[in-house]
Amino acid sequence: MKLLRAILLRLATMSVTLIGAAVVVFFVIRVVPGNPIAMMLPPGASEEDIARLTAHYGLDKTIFEQFWIWLTGVFHGDFGTSISLRQPVMPLVLSRLPATLELAIFALVIAVMIGGAMALTGVRHRETRTETAIDVANGVGLSIPDFLWALILIVLFGVLMPVFHISGRISPSLDLPFVTQFYVFESIARLRFDLWWDLLKHMFMPALALAIPLAAIISQLLKQSLKETMHLDYVTLSRTKGYSENHVILSEALPNAVLPTLTLIGVQFTFLIGGTVIIERLFSYEGLGNMAIDAVINRDLPLIQGIVIVFALLFTIINLVVDMTYALLNPRLRHA
Amino acid sequence: MLDGRGSIKRRLGARLWLSGTWLGVMALLALFAPLISPHDPLAQDLFAGRLPPFWASGSDPAYLLGTDSLGRDVLSRLIHGARIAFSVALIAGLATAIVGSLLGLLAGYMRGWVDVVISRLVDIWMAFPPVLFAILLIAVLGTGLTSIIIAIIVIDWTRFCRVVRAEAMNQSAMDYVSSAIVAGRPRRDILWREILPNVLPTIVALSTLEMGIAVIVEAILSFVNLSISTDAPTWGGMIAEGRTSIYQAWWVLAFPLAVLFLTVLSFSQFGEGLKDRFDPVLR
Repeated sequence: MKLLRAILLRLATMSVTLIGAAVVVFFVIRVVPGNPIAMMLPPGASEEDIARLTAHYGLDKTIFEQFWIWLTGVFHGDFGTSISLRQPVMPLVLSRLPATLELAIFALVIAVMIGGAMALTGVRHRETRTETAIDVANGVGLSIPDFLWALILIVLFGVLMPVFHISGRISPSLDLPFVTQFYVFESIARLRFDLWWDLLKHMFMPALALAIPLAAIISQLLKQSLKETMHLDYVTLSRTKGYSENHVILSEALPNAVLPTLTLIGVQFTFLIGGTVIIERLFSYEGLGNMAIDAVINRDLPLIQGIVIVFALLFTIINLVVDMTYALLNPRLRHA
Repeated sequence: MLDGRGSIKRRLGARLWLSGTWLGVMALLALFAPLISPHDPLAQDLFAGRLPPFWASGSDPAYLLGTDSLGRDVLSRLIHGARIAFSVALIAGLATAIVGSLLGLLAGYMRGWVDVVISRLVDIWMAFPPVLFAILLIAVLGTGLTSIIIAIIVIDWTRFCRVVRAEAMNQSAMDYVSSAIVAGRPRRDILWREILPNVLPTIVALSTLEMGIAVIVEAILSFVNLSISTDAPTWGGMIAEGRTSIYQAWWVLAFPLAVLFLTVLSFSQFGEGLKDRFDPVLR
């Protein structure tokens, strides 16, 4: 009962956040100078044509009327029509979202693997030079944002040692049998490992750039909580029972040390998704972020709104899931 | 144990010292850019385009770090770029710190509806991808140095607000605050004279971090062509230019990238170093 009330409360604050985000974006982008209609028409268009199209997109109404029309549309699943691409916004956004999600999830997997490995190595060899080296690496990884890592990776592995692709999502020459936009998952389902490998080779560098700062955070926090756990009595007990150091770290200390890191990963994952906007641009990866930048450049108001709302929805859902997982995993909260 | 603490202290000292030196040198370069830089950063020499740096064959000793595709001197552009980078870093970093910390202090100390309103605003802000938000704001404000600074303040105040709010709440629960209340000191007095000084180390550390972030934001906006103007010598603009000619002239990208890397790293390490120096437990 208590849990249900907590969830309902969370859903209420979530909708306040979402509506707030919608209001902020809606009014901010309407202050943008530059007429989107004039931008989509050829230079010789008559005043009359501009006026007619402006009315067609509802841009002649007052800003409050526009907001009301847009909001009622949203509740019916209609996010309007993109001005620059002349298609309904939602299908456009949904066609790009899977690419961004795949990139973000791949980056998360890389971050957890690197960060976890570094934390475990640091604890296994604590108070040695290895741990110092890991501390320094964490410090650098944390200080430098994904944008710079991406550029460094482009110089190192795109130009000096060209092993990975630095542009696009998949080689354009390939025939794509896909019916969904989840290329990575679908290529596995269809057992087309040639396509899968090509996708990964394209995704690896942008994903690694997104992963490095998160890996450093995971490594730092997990190492710290592991080291604290290693001093607890039950760990000492299992050591006196004669278990090996590796067993003690992996089977005894890790399960108890991992909870704070899990919560942190959830929050940081939304930051990582926010980072895809510029990273997709850098690597010409056809995801939602790349589309968002184009939408701003083209003053495509309905498309900008749609994309921002989808991002906001994604972030709030992730936060909700994180909180609920935390409540389920933490025995103190579960039995409260 | 004592030994270990000594080595930690030494390492922290080295960190503060190294990052401080780099930032100091960069600040001096920025300050005296017109006197130091060997060439006019905007001067084009189309016959000297894409000259490699001094150690490579075919280089011209007049252009130590080579030239870009329009024959502009990379070194001079880097030095002048430091001016823009440091102006953005200092002004945007400090202004963001002031706005965010003020709101955070109010929310954390006043509680009640003030806290509810500010916290809800932070939640809404956190629902936007920051880079997208920045690009949107520049589209609204127009390009230019002032717009970039305003955009950074508008987006990043939440970073200070969240931390300072939590910190102010912690401090408010402490005994010295209760005793100040019992002693009948006015609330405003307690906020400024008791709580603020105790939150200040955190704010200082976050501020230098924010300065590094500000430099990055400028670079990102230059990259999507929304920063100052395309030929103004900014590090981000140089990077964007270098990205397009990366296979013909890697140095046009590599040098500004290296300088940006070291500057951002120094800002954050300097902040961490300062925080540890203020930390009474480590001290």
